[in-house]
Amino acid sequence: MSDPLERFKAVFFDESAEAIDAIERNLLNVDDASDMDSETINDIFRSAHSLKGGSATFGMGSLTEFTHVMETLLDKVRANELSLTQDILDCLFSSLDVLRNLVSHYQFEDEINESSMIEVRSELERLLDPSASSSAPAAAVASAAVPASAPAESATDGTHWRIEFAPDPQIMMTGNDPLRYIEELTDLGEIEVSCKTSGVPQFGTLEPTNIHLIWTVEVKSKEPIDEEALKDVFLWIEDEAEFTFTNLGGAAPAAVTPPAPVAEAPSGQTPVATPEVQPQTQATASPPATAQPEKKAPAQAQASKKRASQSIRVDLEKIDSLINLLGELVITQSMLSIYGDEEKYPQFERLSEGLSQLERHTRDLQEGVMRIRMLPIDFCFSRFPRMVRDLAKQLDKSIAVEIIGENTEVDKTVIEELNDPLVHLVRNCVDHGLETRDERIAAGKSETGTVTLKAFHQVGNIIIEISDDGAGLNTERIRKKAIENGVIKANSQLNDQSIHELIFAPGFSTADAVTDLSGRGVGMDVVKRNIRGLGGTIDVRSTEGEGTVFTIRLPLTLAILDGQLLKVGTETYIIPMLSIIESIQLKSADINKVGRRDVSFKWRGNFIPILNLAEVFDCPMEQDQLIESGLVVVVESDNKHCGILVSELTNHQQVVVKSLEANYDKVEGLSGATILGDGSVALIIDVGALITRVRMH
Amino acid sequence: MKKILTVDDSASMRAMVAFTLKAQGFDVTEAVHGQEGLDKATASTFDLIISDVNMPVMDGIEFITNVRKLEAYRFTPILMLTTESGLDKKQEGKSAGATGWIVKPFDPQKLVAVVNKVLK
Repeated sequence: MSDPLERFKAVFFDESAEAIDAIERNLLNVDDASDMDSETINDIFRSAHSLKGGSATFGMGSLTEFTHVMETLLDKVRANELSLTQDILDCLFSSLDVLRNLVSHYQFEDEINESSMIEVRSELERLLDPSASSSAPAAAVASAAVPASAPAESATDGTHWRIEFAPDPQIMMTGNDPLRYIEELTDLGEIEVSCKTSGVPQFGTLEPTNIHLIWTVEVKSKEPIDEEALKDVFLWIEDEAEFTFTNLGGAAPAAVTPPAPVAEAPSGQTPVATPEVQPQTQATASPPATAQPEKKAPAQAQASKKRASQSIRVDLEKIDSLINLLGELVITQSMLSIYGDEEKYPQFERLSEGLSQLERHTRDLQEGVMRIRMLPIDFCFSRFPRMVRDLAKQLDKSIAVEIIGENTEVDKTVIEELNDPLVHLVRNCVDHGLETRDERIAAGKSETGTVTLKAFHQVGNIIIEISDDGAGLNTERIRKKAIENGVIKANSQLNDQSIHELIFAPGFSTADAVTDLSGRGVGMDVVKRNIRGLGGTIDVRSTEGEGTVFTIRLPLTLAILDGQLLKVGTETYIIPMLSIIESIQLKSADINKVGRRDVSFKWRGNFIPILNLAEVFDCPMEQDQLIESGLVVVVESDNKHCGILVSELTNHQQVVVKSLEANYDKVEGLSGATILGDGSVALIIDVGALITRVRMH
Repeated sequence: MKKILTVDDSASMRAMVAFTLKAQGFDVTEAVHGQEGLDKATASTFDLIISDVNMPVMDGIEFITNVRKLEAYRFTPILMLTTESGLDKKQEGKSAGATGWIVKPFDPQKLVAVVNKVLK
């Protein structure tokens, strides 16, 4: 963070990712309709243009070069010199991939995919110049960009120039002070200035802000000064003044340039002086690539009504440390609230009032800070239209993507972790779920299939549904495959839903052929594991012929957990509310035993295993105590149930999760810990792991 | 302390300009597009304005035209910061009332030199 340039680079990388995404979004919008509004193409152009500018500033040559070609093409489209054909669209999409590759090259030192860059670039150039004849005007401009060859080899033994400088009377109106330029000449040599005042009007008609003076400046130097250097000084005002440059010294004949025409200078005729010439693309670039467009954009870009969203970029670490600190505050606050207990300390009535207010504010503050980490799920969803477009093209299917609830906010970490599972699910929908055009028509459906991504909040959770209107899961095929792969036994009796859920079983894959898209060895079991790692669940519902819906249920954030506090002997544990189905009181007789061990009990018609926490965690207490209490919490994970024996259920509260791994070590059966109001530590139970464990025994 | 307004939709570019100029002791204010620039220019007075050309909401040309119309900015130097080496944009900017231009990518030292020159 010390080097400012590195810091700006980091900002630039964020910016370029946004710019590339913005271009992609806009391109996707134009995709279906061949007509495209000028606003959209202007947006696309602007994004490409900023990329070029930024990359040039940070010396990322390849990126500058590539965006330059892209920009030139976009500019022609913008100026209606080229129409946006499907070819151009496809090529622009490919260009985005090249851009992403180039950005990651500069950001993470990834390899540049040279061959695809060159290929896409020559495609861009080909599109730019479909017929050789149209390159004529472009070439003219290109040559104009080359600095006019000045009589550089003029003087060797000192130089002496005379400059006549007659500024336009209105020159001050552009913030230009003629004296500034005259003074700047002192950088080149000694100057002698004289001024003609004959042009100054009578006092009565004098407009004080107008300049009516004509200066003659003589510049002398021992060093050679070429004309370009002099012109450079006046570059900004070359069209707002008349100049004559006369070489009085040196061997070379005096070179006199005609005064620059003021008003009617058609663009492209006055040569630009060297320092202002943009870094040219490599010599191999074809002429159109370096050409600047001459036509103006149709109707100046209408000021878009969209306001850039007001946001700042903050290092995630800072937010996390804030959240951590707030966790401490919550703990301190609940510690204090013990002293504010009116029944215990009636004399502190006002203190107790203050404390309850503090509690409210702390909660609000906590919510507010947690929200900083929340991003709209669009960050994750937005990549799918493009991905599906590419896949559909590859598979020759016709697929539309529908996105619902893209503004639903989710914790940033969750979004990041969600990416891979969602990509996998969407690929599955496209590859296996949706049928080909012919199959769809034969089934009496519309030719175009739809993949829907939907997100919404539901009581402290976020629900994400990935669905398609394809053929649905083939129950018979799944069953056969599962038997083949040994996931189930041939004689297993399973209903359709249970069979559908087999796709999440480890080592299961239905794809007849391993395609490039989905069946690449990463199965749905990995998806399920990832989701579970986020404290969430996934399930599938499918109707043959109508489609499939995957539903993912996730906690809003990973940093706070809605938990049920319970006691086992004197120890306090926490079970996530999400996994609790119910709590029941059992009689000792309801519990089946093997020897002296409790094994299972009948719950809702099925036998489910029972787990003695005191045994699992070696709590110092009499074994029988628990059984006598008979209090069982029924928990669920992966549609598997288990009863947990506890001695007492206490509060239900939100707890700030602290990582055990980071602070101590990973412990099987525990997902973390928290600090309670009284300062003691309570361990959070990893229900999934416990159930797996009890099932194995 | 001389006050400078920098208008650019690119956060990295703004940060670069602001950082470079702040290091030289200038008081730098940032705006993300022409409209915001215009609002800030109206609300306060600046000794120099540096503006990008291609921006959303209100582009640099329109911004310069509008600022130049304000009484307080009749003679204030306004520099265009732009990648467009094409003459048409410069011409457009000049007709809108720009004092001069700086071509991106710029060398921070050159930026400082130019700024010092126009503020002298």
